[in-house]
Amino acid sequence: MNDTYNAYLNTTEIPGTGSGILSGIRVSIKDNISTKDIETTCASKILKGYIPPYDAHVVTLLKAAGASIAGKTNMDEFGMGSTTENSAFGPTLNPRDTTRVPGGSSGGSAAAIAGGLVSMALGSDTGGSIRCPAAWCGIVGLKPSYGRVSRFGLIAYANSFEQIGPMATNVRDAAKLFSVIAGHDKKDSTSVNKPYDGNVIPDICGKTIGIPKEYFGEGVDADVEAQVRLAINKLEELGAKTTEVSLPSMKYALPAYYVTCTCEASSNLDRFDGVRFGPEPEMNLPWHEAYTKVREAGFGAEVKRRILLGTFALSAGYYGKYYVKAQHAKQLIAKDFAAALQTCDLLAGPTMPNVAPKIGELTADPLQMYLADILTVPANIAGIPAISIPCGTAHGMPVGLQLMGRMFGEETILNAALAFEEAV
Amino acid sequence: MVNENEVLHIAELADIGISSSDLGKFTEQFNAILEYFDILDTLEATAPLERQLVNIFREDEVRPSISQEEALRNSHNPEDGYIRAPKVI
Repeated sequence: MNDTYNAYLNTTEIPGTGSGILSGIRVSIKDNISTKDIETTCASKILKGYIPPYDAHVVTLLKAAGASIAGKTNMDEFGMGSTTENSAFGPTLNPRDTTRVPGGSSGGSAAAIAGGLVSMALGSDTGGSIRCPAAWCGIVGLKPSYGRVSRFGLIAYANSFEQIGPMATNVRDAAKLFSVIAGHDKKDSTSVNKPYDGNVIPDICGKTIGIPKEYFGEGVDADVEAQVRLAINKLEELGAKTTEVSLPSMKYALPAYYVTCTCEASSNLDRFDGVRFGPEPEMNLPWHEAYTKVREAGFGAEVKRRILLGTFALSAGYYGKYYVKAQHAKQLIAKDFAAALQTCDLLAGPTMPNVAPKIGELTADPLQMYLADILTVPANIAGIPAISIPCGTAHGMPVGLQLMGRMFGEETILNAALAFEEAV
Repeated sequence: MVNENEVLHIAELADIGISSSDLGKFTEQFNAILEYFDILDTLEATAPLERQLVNIFREDEVRPSISQEEALRNSHNPEDGYIRAPKVI
């Protein structure tokens, strides 16, 4: 494999075990998804050399469907970032313009597809990590409803938000990959029994599309907005009705997301101390000192920042002000979406407020990096499915149209996405 | 606002070392992010929190699993089937 984009951390190929709808298809896997006997690092020095003793449930399903596993893709360390620059093993480049980032955190998966190295890959999406790189690299990426895909074997960062999902060059391939990974798994207690039959058909005629005004607010690039408006016009031409809707609690979405995900990260990443895996701690030191040294050397700056923010937000005296309020905000946002999706079949807006930035442009100020997620985190907070599909270019770079659906309504957004894809 | 000493205290709670050269910048970024989080505190939490998923259990059946050898494969110098860790006391 000629990987000029640093899309891969490991290019080991493992053939499928069965035969099925993915026979003969090579699928790349984001490096936070466990693959038996293939190093899995989450793009972190603290997991360098870690060889999982088992496959994630989704990997077992892929192999059984005939897919061969084609390498592990680069990412922001533990999924924390929106550009894939937070990888301990160097940034991934955007195949559409190699001076720009591919988006993140599933940037390696998106770049591998956009660069023509594979046609399908798995990513994971905690606050936009599938949809952001899909939009910025000009491919298709689906974040499933919370619970529709098993998280068994996904190395946890923020459990209450994250889902594994398909990334592909087109909607039919994304639907095919999704049909293999969706369904119940006893090993994940949040998994639900909602398989997907893979029967995607172009269908938007007669549907009502809500256009949330908050998705076209301050900070959204005018050229990006223009492309998305054109895409919505196209959906109207295909027979959809549109109506403006409002999600008033969206102003709380980004802080609620970052408080919750950092709190969960501070707990989830506690296990990385070098004892069961990772760099060896100095056994003759007192344990706190030994672990502190391993974690100082092993974690990158953004991971440390999020663990510390979460530790702070959960500490005595601040828990009520941050974590509890974030859970209330989460509930309000979920209710806003449920209300809008009662009258509308789906919602449409931009995936990202801007096109892919230049390498280094967003890394200096972490808060600026967080703000890029403003249009993707709400779907994770509400738990609903959301897809990003290419809809033209702005400033010479791809723009993503985001379609969000009702809980477990992937069929509706995949069918709408296919109708759009076939019409343009 | 949090100061450098408080950041160091949090780092100690989280078992994460921060070098003294990074501390100033870290504290500054920390405060900018916390300031952004402040909007949450303006939210009136009137409705009680509802739970969507409650206690999904399964039977605790013995099923095939990975071997002890595989489970220990990523640890350092395991001894008699045990994982070694730094001294606790």
